[in-house]
Amino acid sequence: MIVIEANHLTKYYGKARGIIDVSFQVEEGEIFGFIGPNGAGKSTTIRLFLSLIYPTSGSATIFGKDCIRYGPELRQDIGYLPSEVFYYERMRVIDLLKYSASFYNRDCTRRMYELAELMELELHRRIEDLSYGNKKKVGIVQGLLHQPKLLFLDEPTAGLDPLMQRKFFQLVREENSRGVTVFFSSHILSEVQRLCNRVGIIKEGRLIEIADIRTLQRDNYKKVRVVGDGLSAARFDLPGVTNLECANGEVHFFYKGDVNALLRRIGESPVSDVMIEEPTLEEIFMHYYE
Amino acid sequence: MRANIFLHEFKMHLRSVVTWSVAIVALILLYFSLYPSFAESAALLNEAMARFPKEFLTAFGMTGVDLSTVLGYYSLVFLFVQICLAIQAANYGFSLVSTEEREWTADFLLTKPVKRTQILNSKLLAAFTALTITNAVVWISSFGFIHLFKGEKTYETRTLLLLLLSIVVFQLFFLGVGLVVSLLVRRIRSVTPYAMGLGFGMYVLGVFGDMLGESVLEKLTPFKHFEPRYIVQQGAYDVPLVLFDISVIVVSLVASYVLYTRRDIPAVV
Repeated sequence: MIVIEANHLTKYYGKARGIIDVSFQVEEGEIFGFIGPNGAGKSTTIRLFLSLIYPTSGSATIFGKDCIRYGPELRQDIGYLPSEVFYYERMRVIDLLKYSASFYNRDCTRRMYELAELMELELHRRIEDLSYGNKKKVGIVQGLLHQPKLLFLDEPTAGLDPLMQRKFFQLVREENSRGVTVFFSSHILSEVQRLCNRVGIIKEGRLIEIADIRTLQRDNYKKVRVVGDGLSAARFDLPGVTNLECANGEVHFFYKGDVNALLRRIGESPVSDVMIEEPTLEEIFMHYYE
Repeated sequence: MRANIFLHEFKMHLRSVVTWSVAIVALILLYFSLYPSFAESAALLNEAMARFPKEFLTAFGMTGVDLSTVLGYYSLVFLFVQICLAIQAANYGFSLVSTEEREWTADFLLTKPVKRTQILNSKLLAAFTALTITNAVVWISSFGFIHLFKGEKTYETRTLLLLLLSIVVFQLFFLGVGLVVSLLVRRIRSVTPYAMGLGFGMYVLGVFGDMLGESVLEKLTPFKHFEPRYIVQQGAYDVPLVLFDISVIVVSLVASYVLYTRRDIPAVV
């Protein structure tokens, strides 16, 4: 079942570009990564799905229903964690969470306390007294307490310490294993790599690629390092080799092509050490970023 | 309407309602405690007032006011009450939705499963309830202090009721206009200057209209439409102007709903 769908979604803020002609689909139970540099249109896309803003043209659907027309009803099952969290400063954490829970047509009390304990929230502090990281934790509990079927996470890890990040990822995975679909926007590729099945890459408002993470890595180039006495760069200048570098008897390059050809060439050479690696997402996507 | 939003909003107003109510009670008490001495030396006072420059009297709404009568004196007090009510109502109007956008809590509220019309209904009702509490405080303290200080003098209850009944329309005017203006401008950084500007500005406009004798300005400000002096002298409203106010309220509220339901909620940049 398709949970999220964008059809030629376009948003201009006056003359300023938001996103242009973005189309994609996310299946139920997926963790879909949405990556791009700051200002590329990640938040705009999420805000359109939440009908915080209205599209200039095109449409967006969730669970097969139009996001604007059925917005209030759809949001019963949507959890949202923004990159920057802001809550009513004068409220206590517990009151804010209860206020949040009061919007949903189910009892959220148990899940609320469960999550608060997991996130080590101090429930009786005032929001204004919380550090940024702690506000973020309030955001996480607030976004999950109604057990949504779909999660929008907009650069969710900003402000969380590594320990909390790990807990948070664990939580997202657990939610996902219960069938929750996750839309995860980020500009940090390593976290997308850890979590997501598929990624969409957005740049300057346009979706430039959608790919499965595994295939992306498999079908992409390999990172090769060869060490040996008297190796020269020229020896490895095969078709498909890029970024060829040589220093102190060590040759580094990227290779995309027939692996057998590469192995034969290495075999013919006086080699003392070889390393062939998959590139990280960072390296794959660098050329999209520029 | 959503009860949870209404309660949340109402709690947010509570402190302000108490502050305004206390201020208005103090204002009425302060003025009316002086009334017995005014009433005693009425002839002297009216004579002295006649010697003041006309512009000065106009500025404080005291032309053609007989300060020796209960309602003549009350009309003066009521004008100051109106200024307070105008600023309070304008303040609520301007902050109704702009505060959430300025403090970025709009994202929280609008990603909940509620319609924007429900949000606006609840917010308006909460603000109106808060204003009505202040309104009730004006009623009670007006009747209370008049009876406490009027001594032997009598007054026309019907006229006092007319004055007090005008408060609702007066408040809604400033609430509605404040709201629609807040939705028309891109972003309100601070509510107070806007509220002071609208509330006090309308008062000044009325005063200028009076001084210059220009009727166009008079038509614009509710301070003229519900001029206490006029109501006390005529024992009636200036009906066409009151109807004008009511239509301004209706138009601004309808426009606010249209604007709010189509509004792009700004994001943190």
